[in-house]
Amino acid sequence: MRRPRRSTALPGRTRGLSLDGTSHLDQDDIAQVFRAESGRAVATLVRRFGDIDIAEEAVQEAFVEAVRRWPESGVPPSPAGWIITTARNRAVDRLRREAKRDDRQRQAHEMAPPDEPTQIHIVEDDQLRLMFTCCHPALNVEAQVALTLKLIGGLQTSEIARAFMTSETTMAQRLVRAKKKIKEAKIPYRIPGASELPDRLGPVLAVVYLIFNEGYVASSGDGLIRQDLSAEAIRLGRLLARLMPDEPEVAGLLALMLLTESRRVARVDSAGNIVTLGDQDRSRWNRDLIAEGQEIVRACIRRNTPGPYQYQAAISAVHADAPTAETTDWPQIMALYDQLLTVSPTPVVELNRAIAIAETGRVEAALEDVERLDLEDYYLWHATRAELLGRLGRTEEARAAFLAGAELTDNRAEQRHLRRKAGRV
Amino acid sequence: MSQYLLSVYYVDGQEEPSGEVLERMYAQVDVFNQKIQDAGAWVFGGGLHTPDTATVVRSENSQIITTDGPFPEAKEQIGGFWVIEANDLDEALDWARQATVACEGPVEVRPFQDEPEA
Repeated sequence: MRRPRRSTALPGRTRGLSLDGTSHLDQDDIAQVFRAESGRAVATLVRRFGDIDIAEEAVQEAFVEAVRRWPESGVPPSPAGWIITTARNRAVDRLRREAKRDDRQRQAHEMAPPDEPTQIHIVEDDQLRLMFTCCHPALNVEAQVALTLKLIGGLQTSEIARAFMTSETTMAQRLVRAKKKIKEAKIPYRIPGASELPDRLGPVLAVVYLIFNEGYVASSGDGLIRQDLSAEAIRLGRLLARLMPDEPEVAGLLALMLLTESRRVARVDSAGNIVTLGDQDRSRWNRDLIAEGQEIVRACIRRNTPGPYQYQAAISAVHADAPTAETTDWPQIMALYDQLLTVSPTPVVELNRAIAIAETGRVEAALEDVERLDLEDYYLWHATRAELLGRLGRTEEARAAFLAGAELTDNRAEQRHLRRKAGRV
Repeated sequence: MSQYLLSVYYVDGQEEPSGEVLERMYAQVDVFNQKIQDAGAWVFGGGLHTPDTATVVRSENSQIITTDGPFPEAKEQIGGFWVIEANDLDEALDWARQATVACEGPVEVRPFQDEPEA
């Protein structure tokens, strides 16, 4: 297993550019600028021209131009502005060329008033607008994820394909189909009004959290790419939190991701084995991420408009507070799970609540709760049941349950972990 | 403005609703139709007779073949539809939400290919 690289999207990273205009500049530097800035540029051009393909192509061309010119001319004072302006000019050129053919010159002029200054707050609204388009409920969730990573995250199609264990062709087709539907069915580019926002925000947050978990849980695949996905999700989470400062669940999701991410290094040992929360070396937890996450959780508590992400973040914050597993405030965690259940009554939440019950000493009651749940296809249901059976001394049943769990996951590290557990009960 | 087809389907073998239910649905759809006309979004709409009244005509090897019954490959049959005008999909979906409540069945929203002349 490769040693995780410190992510570029973690705290301390500024969204702007820190490239020194006079320094040596190579393609990697520009690729980095692309990752950081193409999302903004694409979003702005989509607003301006109302067409995703035109926007993407023009931004791509602007970066090609940058690769050619920046090494000689140096990085311009505002690289992001340069990219947007260059891309906009390219798009206007293209539309004018087409307009000559199609006699739509007037239209091209109207679409792109020349030399309009690029204002950053408009640009950010553009990204939010495009995010709501990418996560429109009329698109399926795979399409939502792919579009978000491509258009907002600035990932290449090949990168998204690798991260989701699918071929580049499949991913490209998925993106083409989604963009076609946006265009032909006219999915609008707009930020939903207050009355629609509760319905429309859900898919946006779900997509970001799905991207995060795909990178964190690593259902399979290359560790490094996976970690990039989590970093990208956190970057998106920060962006949303900045753009929608009044949405408590946006803050809750960001806090949840930061607090979860803080334990990434500790959840795998040097041999690549999974280390569960209770056994983790807490000195390896990332204190900066914890501090940032807990600060957001405190702000959420002060605001007192709770929701599922905020409750989960709060639970994570309680874990982060405990210097050792033994000092965890389980009654507090139980109380939070009870509240989480009132807003999100799912079997997975009940499963996690059962773990908290067991930790307060009531193992039999916890097992009863677990066995009531209809989660037999979920490997963690078996793992949890196995753990509880083991604590009750029902060794044979515990072993069988660990093995049943191992059968149900494709993640090799998880399989190894559960098989080892089975051997030790 | 774009035009969208909002179509209502019923699945093969689905039970025929009772007279009472049908009457309620008709009344609800009448209210919806009035609303969509008042809003200026109405282009056309109507309910269809049951699929067993359908006839399929197709051209095969430059011969026209006529067969009794609905298009045999389809598991679901169209029961009625609206053609509406809307600025974008969100507007069309908003009408579809009201339509599905009125007709008590799922509604498919599909954009038309050609934009109507302004």
